[in-house]
Amino acid sequence: MSALTTERRQQRAAWGFLAPALILIAVFFFVPVIAGLVMSFTDYDVYAIGAPDTIRFMGLRNYQQVLADPEFWHALRNTLYFVVVGGPLSVLASLSAALLVNAKIARWKGLFRTIYFTPVVTTMVAVAIVFRYLLHPRYGLVNEGLTLLHLKPIDWLGDPHWSMPAIVLLAVWKNFGYNMLIFIAGLQGIPEELYEAAELDGAGAGARFVHVTLPALAPTFLFVGVMTMIGQFQIFAEPYVMTQGGPLRSTVSVVMLMYEQGFRWWRMGYASAIAFVLFVIMLIATLIQMRLQGEGRRP
Amino acid sequence: MTLRATARARVRATVAFAVAALAVAALAAGCAARGGGTTLRFWAMGREGEVVQQLMPAFEREHPGVHVIVQQIPWTAAHEKLITAYVGRSTPDVSQLGNTWVPEFTALHAIEPLRPWLASSTTLDSTKFFHGIWDTNVIDGAPMGVPWYVDTRLLFYRRDVLRAAGYDSMPQSWAEWKQALRAMKRVVGPGKFAIFLPTNEWNPPIIFGLQAGSPILKDDGTRAAFRDSAFRAGFDFYMSLFRENLAPSVSGNEIANVYQEFARRYFNAYITGPWQLGEFRNRLPDSLQGAWATSPLPGPTGAASGVSLAGGSSLVLFRASRAKPEAWALIEYLARPDVQLEFWRLSGDLPGRLEAWRDTALTHDPNTRAFGVQLERVVPTPKVPEWEEIANRLQDYVERAVRGTATPDVVLAQLSVEVDRLLEKRRWLHGRALAAGSVR
Amino acid sequence: MKRALPAIALHALLVVGALLTLAPLLWMVSASFMPTGQANTFPPPLLPSRPTLEHYFDLFTRLNLARTFANSVVVTLGITLSSLVVNSMAGYAFAKLRFRGRDAIFRVLVAAMVIPAQVGMMPLFLMVKGLGLVNTPWGVMIPGLAGVFGIFMIRQFALSIPDELLDAARIDGASEFRIYWTVVLPVLRPILVTMATFSVLSAWNDFMWPLIVLSDDRRYTLPVALASLVGEHVQDTELMMAGSVLTVLPVLIVFLVMQRSYVRGVLMGSVKG
Repeated sequence: MSALTTERRQQRAAWGFLAPALILIAVFFFVPVIAGLVMSFTDYDVYAIGAPDTIRFMGLRNYQQVLADPEFWHALRNTLYFVVVGGPLSVLASLSAALLVNAKIARWKGLFRTIYFTPVVTTMVAVAIVFRYLLHPRYGLVNEGLTLLHLKPIDWLGDPHWSMPAIVLLAVWKNFGYNMLIFIAGLQGIPEELYEAAELDGAGAGARFVHVTLPALAPTFLFVGVMTMIGQFQIFAEPYVMTQGGPLRSTVSVVMLMYEQGFRWWRMGYASAIAFVLFVIMLIATLIQMRLQGEGRRP
Repeated sequence: MTLRATARARVRATVAFAVAALAVAALAAGCAARGGGTTLRFWAMGREGEVVQQLMPAFEREHPGVHVIVQQIPWTAAHEKLITAYVGRSTPDVSQLGNTWVPEFTALHAIEPLRPWLASSTTLDSTKFFHGIWDTNVIDGAPMGVPWYVDTRLLFYRRDVLRAAGYDSMPQSWAEWKQALRAMKRVVGPGKFAIFLPTNEWNPPIIFGLQAGSPILKDDGTRAAFRDSAFRAGFDFYMSLFRENLAPSVSGNEIANVYQEFARRYFNAYITGPWQLGEFRNRLPDSLQGAWATSPLPGPTGAASGVSLAGGSSLVLFRASRAKPEAWALIEYLARPDVQLEFWRLSGDLPGRLEAWRDTALTHDPNTRAFGVQLERVVPTPKVPEWEEIANRLQDYVERAVRGTATPDVVLAQLSVEVDRLLEKRRWLHGRALAAGSVR
Repeated sequence: MKRALPAIALHALLVVGALLTLAPLLWMVSASFMPTGQANTFPPPLLPSRPTLEHYFDLFTRLNLARTFANSVVVTLGITLSSLVVNSMAGYAFAKLRFRGRDAIFRVLVAAMVIPAQVGMMPLFLMVKGLGLVNTPWGVMIPGLAGVFGIFMIRQFALSIPDELLDAARIDGASEFRIYWTVVLPVLRPILVTMATFSVLSAWNDFMWPLIVLSDDRRYTLPVALASLVGEHVQDTELMMAGSVLTVLPVLIVFLVMQRSYVRGVLMGSVKG
């Protein structure tokens, strides 16, 4: 069989292999994304559902409105709080867990790794409901714990200042196991020789950590940081189930705002604009993070 | 792959297959339970959904061959679910609809105009219901729903505290009312309040605005009227209750148990609805059962101006229904005076049918009678599809004014801008219709 | 003794961490067995005073959660089967078949991974409505039938298949599809198992899209039903906890059984950083 015919046969067969996936992705992902962009330039809303002739082309007015809407900025502030506070906390928790589990003298590594990872696979809605009860000001175990430590109980879901921290708490608990695994892999990839060399140079445990571990983990930090941030920008189930965006709209996230505008008030054109603004913000944030973390590590 | 792994994979696959088979069987069983005749699907919300099931057997006996399936939907998701059902072409035949939603579903062309059905009905017409309540269902002159149960807000108060303050009955004009509230506050002492107005409820400021004569939205529901003098008068009155410390600046969520706080005189008056009649009876201690009463709302210039909200739920027929005669029969049935009374007994929801109010069960209790009086003077909220959204926004802004994070001027100005923006499409459509000559 | 101290301290921390991690889940299970009202007492109880199965009975009788469970199973299996078949064929093709435009198309797909799903949700909903699939299991499954992430992972794994193996089969005259079926799939089994596990977990736990598409409680999946229940039954703590246990247990079991495979997948997706 000549090389040319195998080439052609592969070419023909390839389309057969690709067609199902590509068609599905094109029709149910790419087309909606492009349609979303188009929709964001219109005022598609509840009137349009009943009478399509009432759709108007709005140009960039939806985007102007989004950027002028105080509700949007409030939601963005809430989301950024989650990203800026929750992100580092989550990474810190994951790294700490990874260091503990990976320590040379640690036993039952597999067991602890499994336990720490368990929250990751649980259903977010289910655990958000559990946390809603755990965070009850009077009957919740969290405040009971605080009282035992002689601290004042907190009205977690009723006080606008503590509602976002409550959601951060839930998110960190749920996800730290995932990044822990990645950190463990990163830690295991650090060659022993580096540590031995540092020890010979007289570096103590702390110094070894700062000068060997951390720099070696730089790419892992970047990966974990970016992935976590992308997930956090899209937060929805936690505020929807735990607080319905309250109290005083202090936990409304951008995606939740999009959901409200699109599927509660049926302003789909406006909601599409919100989604695209979020997309752009996420891109910019990712690029910034990659630049910051990339530059900082370059020798 | 190791033998053990292969075996494990096989076990997994078998389990998965078994579960799938079970699931398919469950679904098939669920679908197969349908006999002959007509099936009506009826959506009802919250507690009403739980309770109305008990009324269905009698209907089915009167209409052999018709089977009614009641689906209960929580209020928090009802709005979304109804529209999703409409969009997905899976609407029920009949549904309960909060009457403030009727304009929206009319705009969607989702529900059936009822004039032809009413014309040929021997038992229903507009005169059989409270006028203000019937009005909420009339959109652009066409009746789109039938009132099911009614809801309005009036004053629940501590009669013993009022008496201790030197009043035999609740005054009916704003000025005197405020005096009474001040006196009540003096009776209960510092740290306590005269009236509870949850900051996360839009009803009180809207009620006061309506009482002061504001249309809330003007120009045929296309512009906000929050900055006009009428609404401002009502809003100032509302704010003064907080400023004079007659009401605590707290939201509903911050009061763990309303009944406990009412019992311990933390607040002594509360603008709320008919379901509280049952709740107050059940949850307040027996010793206090004679100590509370209801009164129609006071108004700026006396009783007649003390209007309240024409709330409640309607029954609507969906255009896409394939069993409209049977669905209409269900609506007529639920609107019958005896069925309305039975429903009231089961749920505590007040009947919309005037004839039902002649029953001694309703007229016997003075607290319930007060509702009958109030229902004679109720006004609908603006009948625009955007009302739900507007009310939500209003709530957020009003809360800001009450908590002092913004002055009333700023709040009303910002709210007006916001609401005007929400109404922009309606304005455009209205302008277009005017130009085309289809609006008077 | 001094040498043992770091070990003791370390393990103490590990144990405390494990307890903190498991505490919410343990309480969830415990509360699901408490008699009605016990969970809302002060001080908050840790264990049921009188363990009862009444809430689980309630879920299956009054609230008809068996149907919801079945819905979740159907949707999860549908998504998993579809995405496995479809993604593995595409992933293999990108890795091992030579055809024009291969790298360009793949790059476009990878770039698309950056786009968040929410951006297309409104039009996708209207599209599903147009197909008459709102409020149906198919409507729920549609966004999950194929996925770039799955294609990416399978391609990554398939790259390691030796070309000689494939060329030998080609010389023997086998068609590309036959090669795929008899030679490639057995080799791909580990990654297929991993992707199946990912898919089961992700489809079972999915919330936002089913919430949007489903309006009829007979068709809800478990997460949507739970969220709906908590609206009406927020005071029924024990009942809600039973519902949560029912939702979480299947995926927990799947995870515990498939741990190694799953963890391998997590690492594979991240190792290159």
